[in-house]
Parts: sequence; structure tokens; C-alpha cells
Amino acid sequence: MNLTLHIWRQKDPQASGGFQTYALPNVSEHMSFLEMLDVLNEELQHKGEDPVAFDHDCREGICGSCGMVINGQAHGPRALTTACQLHMRSFSDGDEIWIEPWRAQAFPVIRDLVVDRSAFDRIIQAGGYVSVRTGAAPDANAVLVPKRDADAAFDAATCIGCGACVAACPNASAMLFTAAKLSHLAHLPQGQPERHDRARRMVAQMDAEGFGGCTNHRECEAACPKGISIGHIARLNRDLIAANLKRSDVPEER
Amino acid sequence: MELNGQCPTGPIETRWQQHRFNMKLVNPANKRKYNIIVVGSGLAGASAAATLGELGYNVSCFCYQDSPRRAHSIAAQGGINAAKNYQNDGDSVYRLFYDTVKGGDFRARESNVHRLAEISVSIIDQCVAQGVPFAREYGGLLDNRSFGGAQVSRTFYARGQTGQQLLLGAYQALERQVADGAVKMHSRTEMMDVILVDGQARGIVTRDMVTGKVESHLADAVLLCTGGYGNVFYLSTNAKGCNVMASWRAHRRGAFFANPCYTQIHPTCIPVSGDYQSKLTLMSESLRNDGRVWVPKRAEDIGKSAAQIGEVDRDYYLERKYPSFGNLVPRDIASRSAKEACDDGRGVGPGGLGVYLDFADPIKRLGQPAIAARYGNLFEMYERITGESPYQMPMRIYPAVHYTMGGLWVDYNLMSNIPGLFVLGEANFSDHGANRLGASALMQGLADGYFVIPYTLGNYLAQNKFAPVSASTSEVRAAEADVKERTTQLLSIKGKRTVDSFHRELGKLCWDKCGMARDAAGLKEALVRIPMLREEFWQNLYLSGSGEELNQALEKAGRVADFFEFAELMVRDALHREESCGGHFRTEHQTPEGEAARDDENFTYVGAWEFKGVGVEPELHKETLTFDYVKPSQRSYK
Repeated sequence: MNLTLHIWRQKDPQASGGFQTYALPNVSEHMSFLEMLDVLNEELQHKGEDPVAFDHDCREGICGSCGMVINGQAHGPRALTTACQLHMRSFSDGDEIWIEPWRAQAFPVIRDLVVDRSAFDRIIQAGGYVSVRTGAAPDANAVLVPKRDADAAFDAATCIGCGACVAACPNASAMLFTAAKLSHLAHLPQGQPERHDRARRMVAQMDAEGFGGCTNHRECEAACPKGISIGHIARLNRDLIAANLKRSDVPEER
Repeated sequence: MELNGQCPTGPIETRWQQHRFNMKLVNPANKRKYNIIVVGSGLAGASAAATLGELGYNVSCFCYQDSPRRAHSIAAQGGINAAKNYQNDGDSVYRLFYDTVKGGDFRARESNVHRLAEISVSIIDQCVAQGVPFAREYGGLLDNRSFGGAQVSRTFYARGQTGQQLLLGAYQALERQVADGAVKMHSRTEMMDVILVDGQARGIVTRDMVTGKVESHLADAVLLCTGGYGNVFYLSTNAKGCNVMASWRAHRRGAFFANPCYTQIHPTCIPVSGDYQSKLTLMSESLRNDGRVWVPKRAEDIGKSAAQIGEVDRDYYLERKYPSFGNLVPRDIASRSAKEACDDGRGVGPGGLGVYLDFADPIKRLGQPAIAARYGNLFEMYERITGESPYQMPMRIYPAVHYTMGGLWVDYNLMSNIPGLFVLGEANFSDHGANRLGASALMQGLADGYFVIPYTLGNYLAQNKFAPVSASTSEVRAAEADVKERTTQLLSIKGKRTVDSFHRELGKLCWDKCGMARDAAGLKEALVRIPMLREEFWQNLYLSGSGEELNQALEKAGRVADFFEFAELMVRDALHREESCGGHFRTEHQTPEGEAARDDENFTYVGAWEFKGVGVEPELHKETLTFDYVKPSQRSYK
């Protein structure tokens, strides 16, 4: 198939970017979306132009590196599919495709389609863990975990940290990402001791990073390649309220 | 030179325990005076950095990805082994040790493997305490499943995303230390060289991948946790960024590279669909529990669709050749048999490089819902990539490079022959011998990082003196200058060919001559062609842009340049090892039935190579392997 690509090009964080248009002939339907960009980059280099920069690594939909807005949708048109797993058979001959980086104040553009998502790491640093020293753990079967709870924890823990939820949200909120980690740990007995403190700290960090608030558009859930439910956001809100009510019980400083 | 692995002696059950007691300790107040560099943030790197930070060391951790959570350990699907015997099916530390030594085709160190089996038990405890959501039974206990190469169920798993969940556990432990100020994390930062002062590893040179800034970081010890070299074949199941640069730079500075010819080819991957192919996708080995592998009996039938080929015209070659194991033979045997069928002109799909994995029989027997419950997510993934439904027509699969057992040589303490340079996880060579069993890679990465290095590093630090080093030390300045010079050199070639086109050609050459089956003639040919291609690379590479910006083609060029030098070593090692063992199959060395024939008399050793210059023959050093507990025998799966 023959395609017309409109791709956001931006040399560095300070530069003002813009769309550039490229004609790309002979695209195979069996190519992945990123392989299609590889082919474009080979052609650009043959012409002596800079290739399009984009993050990618595993190309199996699990590392969370890739992420781009394709025709207005985070990761493109196919549900539950990252850009690297999207294949060109989702497009037709003659299509025009608009490709942009994630757009969010908290995800500044570094170059072309590459953005800085280190805010996610700082949200995890604020409390997205269980404080357990190496070597200090009891036997793995000493604490029983009902299958239902383990499965629910996994459903949240499957988040790949790609940032599609932020890119899809009109408020550029990171609630789904933050809620997924809180909910994962809140479903397990190991996560209980720090549960409320964790909620307060991670949400505070999310706000400090410049992400917006949640106003229930549910765009995040629709864009999430792992199908994470906004039900986890409801749990986050419950835990946050509980945390604020219990504030006097919990030491603020650690 | 005969290498000494520094393995403890005495009964194997007590070696690690006794060794831990014998090792020197660093007093808690002194730990913060030591600076430790950890390169890589996968299972080995993240677990090491988190644990060392927690102990009080001053840790700096580096990764090329934008976040440590993205290291390629994340893509591991199947599970992690541990000798818990929760199933009461006869497992024990000794049995895991035995299975791993045998699975490695008697080319691993017994002391290391026993330690790994002992530690496996603690790893599961640690991960559960971190909140890793392993699969559970209804009563709330941990669930297990069975995996290749074992007759017990000892594999712990989290759906098909075990690597992801274990890595996130280690990542979160790491981020906790970052928040505490114990670890300084450097993302989007690539290690370009290691700095040696007075023979000790004392730091690394890095390039900031966003600004291009070249910098030195100094320390008292350097830990390389940088994964394997599977991407030398260009097409593999590894992430696109996986590379050999850190190991190769260390090798060039004197670290020995051991057994590079031991590469693992996974039998069930989605075949190549075209020239644009950028990587290969693994389909879980569990599919072989129900799927039946076949190709047409006659080469003239390959153009027909599967449905047009009648039962009598199909060759279920694994069931035919290995009646007792059938479709469940180990990885190396399944892979080689697929290659033989395709070489025979009976491969299916575009290019004839594929075999069928057919679910029609189990669907007829058990019903589609039962098969969907077992493999639904894998079938969906297959359909997403190929556009074909495995419920309607058989899957097409082909083997692909998956894991590399070789790596930098280390002693029992995980230290290379360079004092202060430690190597963990897939980057070292030590535990899997010539073939790794399923669900053992995650176990080894976490064993090294959580439970081995915290002891052995302290022992090294406590016994050595460290001269002051600064940015103005001549060795530091020289290493930095080397890195800058190399970048300038790559950018100044201004040729015509892209870096990917070189990498593809190198990969194809390695795959053809040093892939699933190797012979002396092919290997010798590769030894002529690789240097020629490398020469062309250095004269005809095209790169745009500069070194002072985000330049992904430049990053690739540095990695591919090292793959060119490494490939030659891998081929040389494969040529020198005149036997077949595990993942290394020399067609000249096979039994009359076509199985791998080891030569225990002449090759029961680790082959560790010393760098002597680019294009100069490296020097081979040997570490003799002894088997006091598991006696070498011929593997049979008939």
C-alpha cells in the first residue's frame, strides 16, 4: 500500500516543532507500525536526512518504551495494542496517517516522538513499593493470598508504564498509572502496612509533577494497551480519603 | 594459562555456607565510603543496586532505556524455578542442581549451580514479600507448573508475564533506594568504556544519550549487569537495544570472554515475514504441550494450504523421531529438527522457513473453549502479528535466537579476571553451561543480584586498598579521550550505507554460518567474511547529525561496531570447540542417530578468550571443569 505520513519533527526540547509530510510507497500489510517507520528512516538516511527519533525496545508490547499518538489515538486504532504490536493491515492503501508524540506538560518532548517520562519513576519513588529488605522475607507460603486477590492485584500490576493514559486524557492526568500501582499493592497483604501513606505520597507526587486531575472521561481506560480498568481509580480515591481521615495516626515523616 | 574459578572445596551442600562465613565483611559505618557502579537495570542490575544501596553502599546505576523498568528482563514470559517442593513431588535443592548441570550438557561449574539451587528458595520468598502477584491456588498457596527439562513442578509464574512482575519488584526496590538517596539513577545513559587504574576496575565512561555529553564516573568496583549478545544475529527475540558493548569494552580492556559459541535457539517463534523484519517474537514453549509439529512429507506439497494436505501426506517429524518425548523434546533438539525439515525443502510459508504447529487435533478432542482457556492470549498475539487465526489454520513457527549462555568469565565470586570488575546475570557465563533450561534465567539474574554479590563484593572491598582516583588521573582522561575519538571517527566516515543494513548483513552471516548447526567450512568462511564486512563498515557507514544530540543511528553504530569484533570471536570459539554440546551443534560431531556428540575427554573446560587486538588471534585460556556429583552422560530423548 502507499501511504502519506504526517510526522511531528522537533529537533530538541527548546525548538518549536511541526508536522512534516512524507510519501511512503510499497508498505507491506505484514509490517508492524514501527517497522514501517524503520523503512521510512532508511529512506530518509539514503536522502541524507535525519531519521525520525522514537522510543522503542522490546517490540513485544511489554517494555512500555514505544508510544505515539496515531491519528489522534494513543498507540493507534487497535484496542489493547501498543504501537509496536500494531500492524499495517489496520490501515489501507492511500491512507494519511498523523503521528505525534505524547502531549502532556509533565512529558516534555526531547526530540521528534521521544518524550521524557521520568515523572513516572518519581511517582513510584514516592511510595510505589513494599519496604522489605533483601533477605528479611518470611517463607513465601507463610502468608496466604486468596486467588481472587492475587488475580486482581495482577490485573493492576500488568501496567507497562507507557504513558498512553496520560496522552489520552484531556487533563493529561496520571491517575490510571498511579492507581494501578496503588491498587496492585492494596490488593495484597504485603501492601497493607504502608497502604494509606503510599496513597497520599504517590498522589502528592503526581500533582507536583504537573499532571492534571481526573474528571472521569475514561479515555485512559480506552487507550490502555493492557486494559487496566478505571475501577482502580475509584480504589485510589477511597484509599486517599481514608488516608486523609487517618492522617493523625500516620507519621508524616519517614 | 589455566584459570582458577576460586570455588570452595568440601561437601557441595556446605560450600556456599562455609564460603559466606569465610568472607570478610565491611563494617556498616564504612560501607558508605565505597562507591559502586552498577551498569544495567534488569533483574541482575536492579536487584544488585537495590540491595547494595540498602546495605549502605553509595551506588550509581546506569541504563540506556528511559527508565530502569524497561530492561529486557521484562519480556520473559514463562516463569522462575525454585526448589521449594511445595508440590510434594520429590523436588529438592539437589534435584534442581542435578537437572541444571545435566540440562547444561555438563559444561557448567558444579559449585555455582549448587549455590544457585540453594538460593532459588530465598528468591521466591523475597519476591512474594515485595508484592509480586504470582499465580495462586484457591486455598491461597502459590501455584506451580512444569517446564522443559524437569520431571517436577517447580516453576513459579505470573500468567505469561513473570519477567515483568519480577522486574517491577526489583525496580520498585531500586526506586525506594533512589528516594532514600542511596542509589543515584542515570537513565538514557550508555556505558562506553571501563576505566582501569593500577589494574583495578575503577569507573566507567558514559555518554548521555540526550545531550551527547561524555563523562567519567569513578568508583571502587564496577558491576556489569548488561545482558547477552543475541543481537549479534540481528534478528532475535531480544529487545532492539540489547547489545554487547559493555562486555566487549571490558573484554578489550582485558576481561576474558568465555564460551561465546554457546547460544540458545528457541524453537517456537513467529517466522520472518519480509526483509523489513526488525525482530522475532517468541511464542511460549507451553504451546508444544498440545500442538503437533509437522511439515509435508513431499517437498512438492509446500505450496498447498495445510487443509489440502491429507493426514497420510504429513510428517509429524518429532513424534516420528522421538516417540517417547514427541513434541516435548528439549529446545535445542526441537530447533534443529525444524531446520533439518526446512533444509530438506519441506518448510512452509514465505521463504520456506517455517513448520506447522497444529491445534486441530486437540481442538477436536477437547473443544475450542478448552484450548482457548489454555492458550487464548497466545493465539490472540499470533493473530495480531500474522493476521491468521490458529483456531482455523495451523500456526507457522520457526526457531530464533533467544538467550546466550556465554559471557564474560567470572570466578565463584562473580568477579572477572580484572580485579573489581564483577559480572552478573546473562552477561556472565557461569551457571547454564552449554544450554539453559526454561525458567532458569530469571532465577540466575536475581540470585546474583540479591544474594551473591552483596557478600562477595564486601569480601573484595574489605581485602583491597584503593588509591585515590580523580577526573585528572591519566587513565581516566585517556579512556574519555578514546570514547570521544571513537564517536568522532564514526561520524566522519560519511559513507553510503546505513547502520541497519550492515547489522542485517552481519546477522545473516552469523545465522547462516554460526546458527543452529555449524561446520568447519562455514565457520572458516565466516572468519574471512566478517573482517571484510567490518572493513566496509568503517569505510562506508552513513550517519547524519552530530554527537551532541539525541542520535539513535549513532548509538546503533557504536553497538554494531562492537558486534563486528565480537562476531569474529564467537565464530572462532565455535570453530575451536570440536564437539557438539547443548546449543553448540557441530555437524561433524554427531551420533549415528544425528544427536549431539560431546567430547568429554578433550573439551570438558571453559574456553576463555583474551583480547589481543582487532583482527589479531585471541589467546585461549582454559578452566577445567570437574564433575564430582553429577557424572556426565549422553542425553537421550528417544
